[in-house]
Amino acid sequence: MIKIVKRDQPSRAIFFFTPVLAIFLTLVAGGLIFFILDFKPFEALKFFFIVPIADKYGFSELLLKATPLCLIAIGLSFCFKSNNWNIGAEGQLTFGAIVSGGVALLFYEQEGFYILPIVILAGAIGGMLYASIPAILKTYFNTNEILVSLMLVYVSKLILDYLVVGPWSNPEGFNFPETRQFSDSAKLPLLFEGLRIHAGIFLALAAVVISWFVFYKTYLGFQMKVSGFSLKTARYAGYKGKKMIILVFLISGACAGLAGVGEITGPIGQLHREISPDYGFTAIIVAFLGRLHPVGIIFASLVVAITYLGAETAQIFMQIPKYTGQVFQGMILFFLLASDYLLFFKIKFIGSKK
Amino acid sequence: MHKFLIRSFVSSLVLLFTLTVAAVAKDVKAAFVYIGPTGDHGWTYQHDVGRKAVEAAGFKTTYVEGVPESADAERVLRQLANSGHDVIFTTSFGYMNPTNKVAKEFPNVKFEHATGYKREHPNVSTYAARFYEGRTILGTIAGTMTKSNVIGYVASFPIPEVIRGINSFTLAAQKVNPNIKTKIVWAFTWYDPGKEAEAAKALIDQGADVIAQHTDSTAIVQMAEKAGVYAFGQASDMDKFAPKAVLTSVENNWGPYYVDRVKAVANGTWSQKDTWHGIGDGMVVISDLDSQMPADLRSKVKKLQADLASGKVHSFTGPIYDQKGNLMVAEGKTADDGMLAGMMTYVKGVEGDIPK
Repeated sequence: MIKIVKRDQPSRAIFFFTPVLAIFLTLVAGGLIFFILDFKPFEALKFFFIVPIADKYGFSELLLKATPLCLIAIGLSFCFKSNNWNIGAEGQLTFGAIVSGGVALLFYEQEGFYILPIVILAGAIGGMLYASIPAILKTYFNTNEILVSLMLVYVSKLILDYLVVGPWSNPEGFNFPETRQFSDSAKLPLLFEGLRIHAGIFLALAAVVISWFVFYKTYLGFQMKVSGFSLKTARYAGYKGKKMIILVFLISGACAGLAGVGEITGPIGQLHREISPDYGFTAIIVAFLGRLHPVGIIFASLVVAITYLGAETAQIFMQIPKYTGQVFQGMILFFLLASDYLLFFKIKFIGSKK
Repeated sequence: MHKFLIRSFVSSLVLLFTLTVAAVAKDVKAAFVYIGPTGDHGWTYQHDVGRKAVEAAGFKTTYVEGVPESADAERVLRQLANSGHDVIFTTSFGYMNPTNKVAKEFPNVKFEHATGYKREHPNVSTYAARFYEGRTILGTIAGTMTKSNVIGYVASFPIPEVIRGINSFTLAAQKVNPNIKTKIVWAFTWYDPGKEAEAAKALIDQGADVIAQHTDSTAIVQMAEKAGVYAFGQASDMDKFAPKAVLTSVENNWGPYYVDRVKAVANGTWSQKDTWHGIGDGMVVISDLDSQMPADLRSKVKKLQADLASGKVHSFTGPIYDQKGNLMVAEGKTADDGMLAGMMTYVKGVEGDIPK
């Protein structure tokens, strides 16, 4: 007989074990889906998770894909740890890209070492500005940050649409919705000849290190943790909640804005309507899969990045519909949330003794 | 004897060579990159119909659907070029820069980019269809069938391709009915059923009783069906989605071009080209004409179709005036391809301004 018992305390071991369990269950369920769809499950999983990263180029593409996911998820973990539900990273990414892209266009056909830092900084500021909207509305007008930040995503995309269709469209481009290509001085340097992986990865790694330091070594990190556990306790302890809320939103927005900069000044090299395949939303999965822990987020971003690459490889070599990539991302989140049940409850097997 | 030996040796070599070429020819692999799902019943669906024609001609094909125009496009292209594909068709405008970038790295792979204008390397061709010819037919039908003299037009983006379509449509409608007005709603999307339906609704509310579209979903014809007005299918025959509303559709027929180009790769005769085919070459196809149209209109349309195909009639024949009354094309002249490719002004009779 099986009995479910509530744990006295959430299990720490289970806390880090459930993401692994969720990935495992996703693989099993994915294999099952492939089997039902009449694909060989092991071969399909191989094309999904191993073939895409089997060579140097594939691995570099994995890092390229994981970079924005990691960067955004690190930013989001500041918000999520402290009970602030910023769902609008995609909007902050877009707005950051708009501001930095605008600056990059100002320097069109100009050269200089100073251009790139300004472009990067502009992106971070853009993301911060955009994230400050839900933060200020939350702190001073008590609005729901989930709704505000989410709706601002669509606003940012419309602003981008307007700019690339209208005032910023390439004058030589027959009115197609895209800007000019940025000059080389406004682009992130490539790390290796022939690969697309760019210096943006260092921004992500820096974010990982800084966040680890802030989370575990500073007073702010402690405040965030306490607020995450209990807002009442935090208030009782006399923490200035408003300041912290705005700060975590700014950090989160800066990270998302930098992710946007990485895309447009890295592999894309211009602004157009589709600068991000919803990295800002997918990064929410990454943040939770990584347990809001900087190191966990690194691993989680790699796992989720591979679902993008794998979906392409599986379609090219096995004609598996590409949208299964999204199914995998959904399953990871689903199994993670489901297995979190084990954090608070344990399953006891009881023999048929009387 | 000696001569005979040499001759037979040479001829067998030639035979062997032709056999090898024939065998190699069948090994040519074509890849297709799609912006949407193959089941969109519009743009991507029709490209996939074209891909199936290539398969039917005996070649191997691969496709990747739903490839965003973000940084991902380049990776998909590189992967296809790297995995033994000889010719890659990139079927959305947004793949233009990635296509040219990857083409540079793979000089032995041929790239065919739909609707773009950049051919930066000798292994990049571009192709597009003269959809405006189909819109001349639609305009003729719309101008005849409308009772309110207001025709609605859901447009996607203010690019020459779309402006040209609006103009061609309006000119044809004016020819049969000088009183018509074309009202435009810009949806700023190629595919968004929700937005497209809203745009159609807005036009119907403004009195339009015929709706044309330059977006890809079936939402507009379905909205027209509900409101009891006429509409035209886009990209594929959309009659089955709105049997009462759809009078005809302009179909994108890529198959013949695709087969032609893949064969050219197989024969080694492929070279860089900028193709712009219309009704005459079969790239633009008019679906069956609905029986709600009077018989004389149907025969008129059939004749117009034949004349457009033969070149006897050109969609842009002067005199053509812009909205302000300035002459765009003089009497007896036709617009050349250069003018068509850069067309960014409305003709007289179109309402509103081009969004800037």
